[in-house]
Amino acid sequence: MTGFQTLLYKELLRFWKVSFQTIAAPILTAMLYLLVFGHVLEGRVEVYPGVSYTAFLIPGLAMMSLLQNAFANSSSSVIQSKVTGNIIFILLPPLSHGEFFWAYVIAAAIRGLVVGAGVFAVTLFTSAVPWPSPLWALTFALLGGGILGVMGLIAGIWADKFDQMAAFQNFIIMPLTFLSGVFYSVHSLPPFWQGVSHLNPFFYMIDGFRFSFFGVSDVSPWLSLSIVGACFAGLSLGCLQLIKAGYKLRR
Amino acid sequence: MSPAVEIRGLSKRYGKLQALDKVDLRIERGEFFALLGPNGAGKTTLISILAGLALADDGEAHVMGHCVRRSYREARRALGVVPQELVFDPFFTVRETLRIQSGYFGLSKNDDWIDEIMTRLDLASKADANMRALSGGMKRRVLVAQALVHKPPVIILDEPTAGVDVELRQGLWQFVTQLNKDGHTVVLTTHYLEEAEALCARVAMLKQGRVVALDTTRNLMRSVAALRLQVWVTPDRLPSSLESGAVKGADGSFTIPLARHADVADAVVALRSSGLEVSAMRILEPDLEEAFMRIMSRQ
Repeated sequence: MTGFQTLLYKELLRFWKVSFQTIAAPILTAMLYLLVFGHVLEGRVEVYPGVSYTAFLIPGLAMMSLLQNAFANSSSSVIQSKVTGNIIFILLPPLSHGEFFWAYVIAAAIRGLVVGAGVFAVTLFTSAVPWPSPLWALTFALLGGGILGVMGLIAGIWADKFDQMAAFQNFIIMPLTFLSGVFYSVHSLPPFWQGVSHLNPFFYMIDGFRFSFFGVSDVSPWLSLSIVGACFAGLSLGCLQLIKAGYKLRR
Repeated sequence: MSPAVEIRGLSKRYGKLQALDKVDLRIERGEFFALLGPNGAGKTTLISILAGLALADDGEAHVMGHCVRRSYREARRALGVVPQELVFDPFFTVRETLRIQSGYFGLSKNDDWIDEIMTRLDLASKADANMRALSGGMKRRVLVAQALVHKPPVIILDEPTAGVDVELRQGLWQFVTQLNKDGHTVVLTTHYLEEAEALCARVAMLKQGRVVALDTTRNLMRSVAALRLQVWVTPDRLPSSLESGAVKGADGSFTIPLARHADVADAVVALRSSGLEVSAMRILEPDLEEAFMRIMSRQ
């Protein structure tokens, strides 16, 4: 195995060893959302004609879980390694900044995909959701997982303590995910908040992903794909620069 | 042939603290070298720059002829570092830790060597124990093993025996001495100066980011520290011929500097002939600790 493959393997092994916490728990949380919101709002809200609220909710929940867990994976791994000091085991070997970056981001995206697929799998019993168009679904899932993996990496590198990491998560990631149209269509919002929602890149991840299930969406999937792709590229370039410069890693 | 470590004009500043100030240092291949200095002298900063954990503001550092910035891959392959802090990854067992560390260097079929270092460091019985379950001494051994998984020609040990029991300390030194005999260059920092004196042929002393002494251990001890005679006498005074340079200790003793061993007899004669009774005496050989104290106080 190369250094890159080893770091990727280590990152995968890390969350796999505590899979109750890293995979099973977020799937259960998504189920609880589905149970409560689905039960309360089923029949009262129809977002798209002919699509039940539960069906509308499931792709959004799957994607939200995917995003949150991708972020949690890279951010918690880096901050834990920094705080405990064992980050030096990764900084001492001859790994390039690109290898470092991709190992963390791919591992984060994989954890996101496993959780997202898990959420989707356990909702199959509701038989509410049609099978998605695999190409669109996978593209948005990968890009979404990648973006949040990169954001997690940036947050992990930037934060010096768990408190700062929690702030990043609670004040940036949580609002962006909850206000992305997971639980509603942004068309149901007043025009001002619709406009604000369109500034949220997470909205395009959810909207594009949902398109792969229903063939309908708030904006064109091609627009979503362009914005999500541009976000991934921009954040990746920024993050690669941080790692290359040794920002908060090599002092 | 390029030296094991070559440092030229290395400087590093952290805020107002000048951690390293234009340091030059050359360590030849195969040396057992000590890097000494009080806390905050810049030892760990110097090691961190060599290892790529810190970036120098100015100057150059090479390991086995490879620049730590431009040829970082080759430089890091040539270097094994045992860090000062007792760090570990709580997710893995000892064997997993060593396999993963080995993999970072691109070595996937390395189990024979991993088994050998585990045996030599007395870790074999803990191979499948989680890192969390190990005692401090055992964790320290794993850190040593991790630094050696890729058989680096240069090994840096940053205070490896801090808080370590006597048994492990001796076992560790035996192991490291053997590595040095096998051709590895060993660089050591320690606060236990008797360890450096016993093991290291050459010493650099750092103070406030500068090299203030650099010589063979023997030369340093001879040139800076002196042979001394410590005596307890009644009545409590020295004859005037021995008073020059003598120091009175809190335990009532007098420490008299001597130029050579033959002067011991003359000193005893001078004491006896002035009617003093010698109740105890001992000869203090020059040691590295004495040399260290003198060098640090005069700079």
